[in-house]
Amino acid sequence: MEHLKWEFDGGVNPPAPGKSPCMVGVVASSNLEVLAQPADLGGKCRFEVATTVAHFDEAWKAVFEDFMERQKPRDVIFAINDFAAIPPVVSIRLDQAWETLSAS
Amino acid sequence: MHMALPSASKHEKLSSVEKGFGPGKVIPAARTVEFLETVIRSGDRIIHEGDNQKQGDFLIEQLARMNPSKIHDLELCASCLGLPEHLDLFENGLASRVNFAYAGPVGARLAEMVFDGKVKIGAIHTYVELYARYFAELIPDVVCLVAIEADRDGNLYTGGNTEETPALIEAATFRGAIVVVQVNKIVDKVSRVDIPGEWVDFVVESPKPFHLEALFTKDPAMIDETRILMAMMTMKGIYAKYLPKVLNHGVGFNTAAIELLLPTYGVELGLKGKACTHWALNPHPTMIPAIKTGFVEAIACIGGEVGMERFVSAHPEIFPLGRDGNLRSNRFFGQITGHFADMFVGATLQIDPLGNSSTVTASRLVGFGGAPNFGAENRSRRHLSPAFLKAGKEAHGHEAMPQGRKLVVQIVETFQAANKPTFLERLEAWDAMEKAGFEIPPVMIYGDDVSHIVTEEGIANLLLCRSFEEREQAVRGVAGFTPVGLKRDHKAVENLRDRGIIQRAEDLGIRKSDASRDRLAALSIHDLVRWSGGLYNPPSRFRNW
Repeated sequence: MEHLKWEFDGGVNPPAPGKSPCMVGVVASSNLEVLAQPADLGGKCRFEVATTVAHFDEAWKAVFEDFMERQKPRDVIFAINDFAAIPPVVSIRLDQAWETLSAS
Repeated sequence: MHMALPSASKHEKLSSVEKGFGPGKVIPAARTVEFLETVIRSGDRIIHEGDNQKQGDFLIEQLARMNPSKIHDLELCASCLGLPEHLDLFENGLASRVNFAYAGPVGARLAEMVFDGKVKIGAIHTYVELYARYFAELIPDVVCLVAIEADRDGNLYTGGNTEETPALIEAATFRGAIVVVQVNKIVDKVSRVDIPGEWVDFVVESPKPFHLEALFTKDPAMIDETRILMAMMTMKGIYAKYLPKVLNHGVGFNTAAIELLLPTYGVELGLKGKACTHWALNPHPTMIPAIKTGFVEAIACIGGEVGMERFVSAHPEIFPLGRDGNLRSNRFFGQITGHFADMFVGATLQIDPLGNSSTVTASRLVGFGGAPNFGAENRSRRHLSPAFLKAGKEAHGHEAMPQGRKLVVQIVETFQAANKPTFLERLEAWDAMEKAGFEIPPVMIYGDDVSHIVTEEGIANLLLCRSFEEREQAVRGVAGFTPVGLKRDHKAVENLRDRGIIQRAEDLGIRKSDASRDRLAALSIHDLVRWSGGLYNPPSRFRNW
């Protein structure tokens, strides 16, 4: 099991007020679960990854940068339990979690 | 009065059989090898019937057991090299050259044997191309076919899986080739005459029924949210836009997802009655809900599908049936029907930045099957089809001569596994070309035949691209986190997006959380059985209840 962590600045969209943490996805082969929770991070956004697959740091970083660029979230912790999901699945799960967290 | 006589060589072969086996068309199964050695000469061109569904397994086993000191240097022609015995013919020194269309199950071994020089490939064809060559210059000497029943006069019942039998026998029987057929049963009266006995020289009752692959059965349980998202984008961004009436779908899960979304999302989009009414398609089990909800008016079948027999027979308004009430399929006609459809939707293993795609990789020579003819611009003259005109306007609207255009859509996930990108700077077909000594790379669908590429990242409309540079950025712009996708020119891609050449899910008003399995009309094979009113009878490996 590999544990990775990234933090990004530059988000402008906070979660909708009063949102409780949400969970999307499932830990099954080629899939992952994302737990998204509002947190006061002073405008930052944090990604914590537990994964069964090593040596994909660059791919994770690329997926998170793309997600930040598209959705611009702030003050959220995305905790990810990954079971060898391909990058587009990670991307979709993040979008799904953010759609729930940002919906008013 | 003039009597047509068989060619000298056929005449001689027929008399040798009569001498050794007595009169009549029925050959005892136990003497098949001896019989084949009587009708086959070294250097003969042998067509063996077998496609991605039915396979003449008994005859290819018997062919592989012939004596190579008597018979060698055969040229084997087969649509699908689907069984190990196809390659045993080469391993055993009986054959030296092969022409085929598809080699899925033995693709890896074939690649090794070709790279080792044990097999010389004439060419990797499309189905239609291969059939056409049988009529032009690959005229056969001996043709080995498959049927369900034969009578003693050689009349054949080929039934729902008629597939390529009519094309192969037509190319053989009027050219003096010997026609041998393996049948599941020799009967007094065949269920219906699919092939007249006059065209058949010999029949052999095989010890067990011929091999039949349930290739078109896709379990709805395997359809995940990524596929549903891609299906929804395709339906909203392409089906609802062009309203294609005549369609062909590939065999994959992406198109199975669309089939299962027709009765739900398709209805929401207003497609019912306006699009997807006529199909060139096998009886896909995943089409059952769309058929039961009245989406479909007619389906022309390329082949049959295991377990769908009773459902098909119960729907004479949809499927082509014989007087006996059973399906009649035809691969040659079905391929042509699909070629002239409004739209093809399929998938592939690899795509390059210009949209060229191939399923041939450096280690597997799998060939292509039906995709190249289905998935090719057809230069049609069907000026009345609105989908064809609309696509043509996008592709040729700026040119002096107005033309229509077929829609050729590739749906792919950007990765097949964590380290296996679908998008590559250079197709492995190039490596296969170099290793196998081909003149040109074995490309399945050329980039300029493709109208749209759909990935989980969005839709690229290649019809609207006005230069190779634009097409390249359109492909890179939907290639996700693959090396091809990461090398995109972000500014150029944003420009393409502003012009509607690239569309993301959000541009189409689709939320990622909309892509949920609840939308599928059936979630399992068992659901499909229920939809069919119990008429669909899936093979046991798909039953888990």
